[in-house]
Amino acid sequence: MRAAVVLFPGSNSDVEMIRTLREVMGIPTDVVWHRDTALPPDTELVALPGGFSFGDYLRCGAIARTSPIIGAIRRHADRGGYVLGVCNGFQILTEVGLLPGALLRNEHLRFECRDIFLRTDAEGPFTERRGAVLRLPIAHAEGRYHTDPATLRRLEAEGRIAFRYAHADGLVNASANPNGSLDSIAGIYGGPARNILGLMPHPERMSERLHGGVDGKALFDTLLKTVAGSSNPSTEERRAQVAS
Amino acid sequence: MSFAQAFPGDPSVDATLAAAHKLTRDEYARVVSVLGRVPTYAELGVVSVMWSEHCSYKSSRVHLGRLPTTGPRVIQGPGENAGVVDIGDGFAAVFKMESHNHPSFIEPFQGAATGVGGILRDVFTMGARPIANLDSLRFGRPEHPRTAALLRGVVAGVGGYGNCVGVPTVGGELFFDRAYDGNILVNAFTCGVVRTDRIFYGRASGVGNPIMYVGAKTGRDGIHGATMASDEFTAAGPSQRPTVQVGDPFTEKLLIEACLEIFAEDLLIGIQDMGAAGLTSSSVEMAARAGSGLELDLDAVPRRARGLQPYEMLLSESQERMLLVCKPGKEPRVREICEKWELDVAVIGRVTDTGRWVVLATPDYDPLAAAPVARAPIVVCDLPVGFLADDAPKYDRPQGDDPSLPARHAFDPAQIPEPASFSDELLRMVGSPNLGSRRWVYRQYDSIVRGGTLARPGGDAAIVRVPCTTEAGTIDKWLAFTSDCNGRLCELDPYQGGAMAVAEVCRNLVCVGAEPVGLSDCLNFGSPERPHVMRQLARAIDGIAAACRALAVPIVSGNVSLYNETDGRAILPTPTIAGVGQLADVRHATTAGFPDAGLVVVLLGTREAVAGPLGGSEYVAAHTGEVKGLPPTLDLEHEVLLQRLLLDCIRSEPRLVLSAHDVSDGGLAVALAECASNESVAVKDIGAELELPPSKVSLAEQLFGEAPTRVIVTVLPSDFEQLARLAEAVGLVAHRLGISGGARLVLRAGGSACIDVAVEALAAHRRACLDALVGEA
Amino acid sequence: MKATVYVRLKAEVLDPQGEAVRRALAHMGVDGVRGVRVGKLIELDIEAADVDAARAMLKRAADELLANPVMEDYEVVVGSSA
Repeated sequence: MRAAVVLFPGSNSDVEMIRTLREVMGIPTDVVWHRDTALPPDTELVALPGGFSFGDYLRCGAIARTSPIIGAIRRHADRGGYVLGVCNGFQILTEVGLLPGALLRNEHLRFECRDIFLRTDAEGPFTERRGAVLRLPIAHAEGRYHTDPATLRRLEAEGRIAFRYAHADGLVNASANPNGSLDSIAGIYGGPARNILGLMPHPERMSERLHGGVDGKALFDTLLKTVAGSSNPSTEERRAQVAS
Repeated sequence: MSFAQAFPGDPSVDATLAAAHKLTRDEYARVVSVLGRVPTYAELGVVSVMWSEHCSYKSSRVHLGRLPTTGPRVIQGPGENAGVVDIGDGFAAVFKMESHNHPSFIEPFQGAATGVGGILRDVFTMGARPIANLDSLRFGRPEHPRTAALLRGVVAGVGGYGNCVGVPTVGGELFFDRAYDGNILVNAFTCGVVRTDRIFYGRASGVGNPIMYVGAKTGRDGIHGATMASDEFTAAGPSQRPTVQVGDPFTEKLLIEACLEIFAEDLLIGIQDMGAAGLTSSSVEMAARAGSGLELDLDAVPRRARGLQPYEMLLSESQERMLLVCKPGKEPRVREICEKWELDVAVIGRVTDTGRWVVLATPDYDPLAAAPVARAPIVVCDLPVGFLADDAPKYDRPQGDDPSLPARHAFDPAQIPEPASFSDELLRMVGSPNLGSRRWVYRQYDSIVRGGTLARPGGDAAIVRVPCTTEAGTIDKWLAFTSDCNGRLCELDPYQGGAMAVAEVCRNLVCVGAEPVGLSDCLNFGSPERPHVMRQLARAIDGIAAACRALAVPIVSGNVSLYNETDGRAILPTPTIAGVGQLADVRHATTAGFPDAGLVVVLLGTREAVAGPLGGSEYVAAHTGEVKGLPPTLDLEHEVLLQRLLLDCIRSEPRLVLSAHDVSDGGLAVALAECASNESVAVKDIGAELELPPSKVSLAEQLFGEAPTRVIVTVLPSDFEQLARLAEAVGLVAHRLGISGGARLVLRAGGSACIDVAVEALAAHRRACLDALVGEA
Repeated sequence: MKATVYVRLKAEVLDPQGEAVRRALAHMGVDGVRGVRVGKLIELDIEAADVDAARAMLKRAADELLANPVMEDYEVVVGSSA
């Protein structure tokens, strides 16, 4: 497994993403600048970290679509390569069209930073068990997921709604929804093999004991299992190399 | 005798124009006599800002010298962009607190945002990566018609800037009092971390070295932010002169990353943020510190406004700009890094050895014009550096007592009728805007960006992990942050109030398991031209100094903000203290809430001050609407012993004290309520059954008095005797209050319950404390 | 009656958003854009006796709420959304 974290001007959650990948998960991780035009060879996971790319001016994530690296990310995703977009990374993925929908201003109009609970509603490369409840932090002003009714039906039918905001016991209702998100959606899968995950909460900020929990680490653990389980010999070889 | 020319269109300079620039008759006479001529319009503007209270500290300098600023850990005390304190293994904490009061009152969002931007630049200009922000906020009474909008705007502005640049805002204060109705306080603090061999200073040395301008373009922003002179003498109309600066946190983020890259490659001699009085003060200060001279060419200044005059370029307070002095030959590399980050960069001058600050500009030259005129610069300013900086006026202004104090001290809180139900009274207190949960505020701040926040806002102090990386590897350091000041106590006794602010900051740091390593002060007062305000300032400084000496913690940086008054009514004297502590081991991290059921709850303190006097308390203010009564006093000797004992008991192996919470605003009952209803969804609330220590004073005083030097701790039942012995041995007392557990907080006095409330009700009231002001959280 | 209020930053006030958009356009190869300023367009559906009354009402709305006079100018268009 090899990861690349893409840095845009204004990215600011790159530190915790890189730390989680490298130090918590032991995944060799490259840092890619937005003006680069290619990903490092053998990149399996592309992570778009949180922050305020280009100041979030115009619309969150909008200006990032003009960055040269986007073409390479698109090709990687189309080939079935894993892509994780967290917070601003999720916003960028919707702006470039790799995930459907858009993230709008929170219903209460404030930036909101706190722990929330998520119910896992779809299985995929990053999620093992439906119904599992995670506690992760959010930190955003524009996290209200929105899409048209047809797309929502399609996401639902295809089991691509990865996470919904919930109470600690897994109950999903309006009072557990921190931003007024459509259908309480916190994260969705996309790509040809659910290989793209975009979510507003920050798994990389809940991956070490100091964070007050390690629920976020579970996503990365599951991804490693997924990759190990896939019959990709080069991956196995690389894991063996890293372990030695 | 120097020579400088007027610029086309400059008004003629005389004593009247000087007065409009807030220079006194004597000050203007001194300018003319030292220069041997009448200053140019640009020079007048420059002298007026350099000699302003804001830049020169002319009323406070004679007193600031009494603050203890040295210590074994101090690498840099006051006088630089920020203070620097050693945190071991070749690393240092760089920090400072600064006010942005007036701009925030005019335009709360932008005022607060640019306040955060300015303090961040003060810190990263020293080579440090910013790792934590605090914001200490004070507003008028909640029911004042402007308070809600100001609160919303300031909090959104602090968050808007800090969140975007990616520096966690981990704490601060929020306080309401009618004294701030016409003059709110926004004090912003930043701490950064730097390798001790890579600290950069604001010094311009090395004759011939290029001076580079990096960052945003110059516009007509905030001209006269430092003097607030009237607009009527400016060339353009007032509408062209926004005194409000707009912050651009995105450019700031790029500036941080670019500067840190430049620092890492060791390309600079010196660097300074263009803050108040922009290009002028930054360049003058750099030359003054180095004992050098400077020559600046304004034609080269990047700009976004047409037709800028030298006066305007020199005094503009456009944000997100830095002034760099490059090492010889390194200019191309600096340029390359700035271009990578898409920042404007230009060489705008050279270092000289003349000791003079010389500014050149071409009349009518405007690079933005379709066909700029040919450049033929003339000298528009030629001033001795020392004259602007070190020789600025210094006043020992007259002091006098506050004539209202004796009558206010005479108020006896016993006159307040005893509440019908202390349970209801406690619920009202914990649900009041000054005492309830601050989560509506801190949830608007990204307190966890960078992934290092161990203790988030809502506790006694925040804790942040700082990975310190060298060629040899990475060591994690743990720093704690908090700020405090009780303006009411400062008003009733500035000396005691100043000392108590220092003591409480240090106590809060110790409560989370940290040792205080350094402080920054932000001294907010009214007009120094009024004798009783001057006395407040002088006495508060003495109190701060005494507490710093007793607790062996230095003031390494700070800021003075005077003239905080409206219609002749001054704010409460508010010497805000921000503190940095260091944990020797992450296992020492301690929280305030009761961590479990079945623990012994202990009030650790002195024998005398079991309960505090109510003078100046929130209880008195709530019932009378006034700041009055005899305030508590601080026994520094016992304070030192308490903090030492607590830290020892947290650090002991096995750990003796399991949780710790300072008793302060609202007194013992409010502190216990805070222990029982914590702020995290991850931790369960736990009640307690407690008995107050025997006391002769009124129940209200026992419950809500605000005596200092008290901490609520929990220990295992088997450890209580040991704690009691340790306390006894140093002349302190561990009062056993009772046992944690259950869903109610029960407080008995002399056997009968005076308070019996559900923990859930306490939590709900605390959460709702700002609802009436800002709507449901 | 339809009305539109355009709110713009005053000419001398920095517009970081406009500048970021200008740079992005340049990166995309949209050449020749010398400056960008981003403002707000507010559409209102109003009831008023006549255009003058509408104007007076909108002036108050803009002065007291829609625009921040410290840093913004505004323009009121009554009747159509120009």
